Amino acid sequence: MRIIVPIKQVPETNAVKMDSETGTMIRDGVEAIINPLDLYAIESAIQLREEHGGEIIALSMGPPKAAAALREAIAMGCDSAVLLSDKAFAGADTWATSYVLAKAVEHMGDYDLIICGERATDGDTGQVGPGIASFLDLPVATYIGKVDQVSKKSCRLHRLVENGHEVLDVELPAVLTMVKEVADPRLPTLRGKQRAKKVDLPVWTATDINADADKLGLAGSPTRVVKIFRPQVARQCEKIIAMDESDIDRAVDRLVTFLQKKDFI
Amino acid sequence: MVKNKQAHSGVWILAEQADGKVQRISYELLTRGRDLADKRHTDLTAIIFGSDINAKDLQALIDCGADKVIAMEAAGLEHFLVEPYACCMLKVIEDYRPEIIIAGATSTGRTLMPYIAIKANAGLTADCTVLDIEEGTGHLLQTRPAIGGNILATIKTPQHRPQMATVRPHSTKPATKQEGRTGEIVHLKAPAECLASRINRVAFISDESQHGLQEADIVVAVGRGIKKGENMTLTEPLCESLEAALGATRDVVDRGWLSYPHQIGLSGKTVSPKLYLAVGISGTIQHLAGMQTSETIVAINTDPDAQIFNVADFGIVGNLFDVLPVLAERIRKARNHQ
Ligand SMILES: Cc1cc2nc3c(=O)[nH]c(=O)nc-3n(C[C@H](O)[C@H](O)[C@H](O)COP(=O)(O)OP(=O)(O)OC[C@H]3O[C@@H](n4cnc5c(N)ncnc54)[C@H](O)[C@@H]3O)c2cc1C
Ligand SMILES: Nc1ncnc2c1ncn2[C@@H]1O[C@H](COP(=O)(O)O)[C@@H](O)[C@H]1O
Repeated sequence: MRIIVPIKQVPETNAVKMDSETGTMIRDGVEAIINPLDLYAIESAIQLREEHGGEIIALSMGPPKAAAALREAIAMGCDSAVLLSDKAFAGADTWATSYVLAKAVEHMGDYDLIICGERATDGDTGQVGPGIASFLDLPVATYIGKVDQVSKKSCRLHRLVENGHEVLDVELPAVLTMVKEVADPRLPTLRGKQRAKKVDLPVWTATDINADADKLGLAGSPTRVVKIFRPQVARQCEKIIAMDESDIDRAVDRLVTFLQKKDFI
Repeated sequence: MVKNKQAHSGVWILAEQADGKVQRISYELLTRGRDLADKRHTDLTAIIFGSDINAKDLQALIDCGADKVIAMEAAGLEHFLVEPYACCMLKVIEDYRPEIIIAGATSTGRTLMPYIAIKANAGLTADCTVLDIEEGTGHLLQTRPAIGGNILATIKTPQHRPQMATVRPHSTKPATKQEGRTGEIVHLKAPAECLASRINRVAFISDESQHGLQEADIVVAVGRGIKKGENMTLTEPLCESLEAALGATRDVVDRGWLSYPHQIGLSGKTVSPKLYLAVGISGTIQHLAGMQTSETIVAINTDPDAQIFNVADFGIVGNLFDVLPVLAERIRKARNHQ
C-alpha cells in the first residue's frame, strides 16, 4: 500500500494567550506541534503498513519551519516526507490549501489511500480532507473510527455519525479523515528520531507541482477574513458564597427558589 | 460559477432527512435562512435529497419559513453518499444559481459542503455561530470561532458565488409553523449519471448512548472539579431529580470518566437547553462555545473568579461535594410536594 498522510503544523492552542488590550494572539514562546488530531491519521497509516506492507509519505504545506512536524512524523514511523513551501502559498484558505495538497499528491504518482486528520486545531474546519478528494475526484469518507478488510481494491470502514456508525465499503484509491477512536498514536522511537534527523526532506514549490498561479495562497482563496475580535460573554450573575454548612443551606434554598420561579421544579 | 455575481440570487438551506423524515437541523437552518432572505429581500429555498420523503414534512418546510422546496429523490439518494449527493447538488446549483447556501455542521454537511465548494469554486466557512448580511454590499458575513475558540473571526466571500457556510446543530432554535404560509414544492428527478458511487453503505449500527444530550431541556455538566471517575455517581441523584442529561468538559472525557458523546464544547457537542447546570467547570472559551446559548445557566465552583460565573445567571461559590447532595435532596423534596 502507498499511503499519503497530509499533516499540519499548528500552534499549541492550549498555550495560546490573548492580549486583552489589543485582542490579538500572543504567539511568542508558543510551541508549534503536529496537529494533535493528525497523530491518529499517522498511527492508522502505520498500522495499515504493518499489516499490508508498503510505504507512508507525510505531506505538509507550510513555512520552512513546518519541516519539524514532518521530521516528527518520520520519527513516529512514516517512511518519507515532503514539504510544500512557497511564498505564493501564504494566506491560503481551505480551497487554496486543498488545491496545493491535491496537486502535490498528483505529482507523487500512484497511491492507495490519503489519510487526513479530522480537522486542524487552529483552523478547525475539517474541510481540507474532503477538499483534496474533490480536486482529485476521489471518494471521501469522513469521521472514520475503524478500518478493516483491506484489499488492493477496497476497504471496509466504520464512519461515526450522529446516532451511531455507518459501515461503508469504499473503492480505493480514496481519501479518509480519521477520528480519535481509530488508534492510539505511538510515541517516536529513538531509532526513528535518529533517522528523522538525517533523512533528506525535499521542499517543493508551486512550479515543482505544476500549480496554477492564480489558484494559490490569498489570491486563490474565495474567502477573506474581514474582522477578528474577542468573544464577549457576560450575564448578570447572582453569586452566593457558600463556605460552611449554614451558608450552603441558605445558598441551596435561594437556588431552589430561583429554579422554581423559572419553572424548572 | 465564478465571479458572476449578478446571475446569482436566493438563499438556500440544505435540509436533511433520515428514513424519509425531515430532521430537526433543517428547521434550525430555516430560522437562519429566513433571517438572511428577509435582509436580502429574496426567497428562501430548502433543498433536500432522499428517497420517499414524507410529503407532510416537505409541506412543513414551507409552513416553517421556506418559500420553495426542491426535493430530489431516487433510491440511490436514500442515505448520504458523497458522490451522488454532490453530483446532484452541483447540477441543481448550476440550474438555479443560489447566492447563499447554508447547511448544518453535521456529518453530512461537513462532508458534502467542502466537496461541493471546491467544484463550484465557492468560498465555504465552517461552524459559523453568527450569519448576517453586510449593509451596502449585501455580502454574507460569517462569524466563527478560531484558534481553539480564543478569537472570533468574521469572514466573507466578496467575489465568488455561491457563498457557502455550515452552522452548528443546536446553535439556533428550530423555526415553528406560521399560519397561512404558502410556497411551491418542486420535485426533481435525480440525473441518472449522478447516481454512481464508489462508496457503498452496507449497514448502520445505532448507538443509544448518543441520544438525548442535545434534545434535553435540562443538562447537568461536570468538569474536572469532580476529581475522580468514581465521584461521577455523585451527579446521579441530581440528574434524576431534575430529569437532566449528563454532559462534561473535555478534561473529564480525556481522563476517561465519561465517554466522548458526553463532551460539550468546541470539539464536542453544542447544546442549548433551557437550564444548564455547570458543576466544577472553569468555563474556558472552548467549553463556553458549546453551551453559552443555554437559556439559563447555573454554576457551582469553589473559585469565585472562575470564568463560568461570567456567563451564569446564578452561581454558588462552594464545594460541589458539599453542595450537590443537599441540592439534589432539596429538589427531590420540592418536586414531591407538588
Ligand atoms: C482546540 C481545543 C478544543 C477544545 N475543545 C473543548 C471542548 O469541546 N469542550 C471542553 O470542555 N473543553 C475543550 N477544550 C479544553 C479546554 O481548554 C479546557 O481544558 C477544559 O474545558 C477545562 O475543563 P474543566 O473546566 O473541567 O477543567 P478545569 O479548567 O481544570 O476546571 C475545573 C474547575 O473546577 C473547580 N473545582 C475544583 N474543585 C472543586 C470542588 N470541589 N467544587 C467545585 N468546584 C471545584 C475549579 O475551581 C475549576 O474552576 C478544548 C481545548 C482546545 C485547545
Ligand atoms: N497545510 C496543510 N498541510 C497538510 N495537511 C493539511 C494542511 N491543512 C490541513 N491539512 C489536513 O487536513 C485536515 C483538516 O484540516 P482543516 O480542514 O484545516 O481543519 C488536517 O487534519 C490535515 O490532515
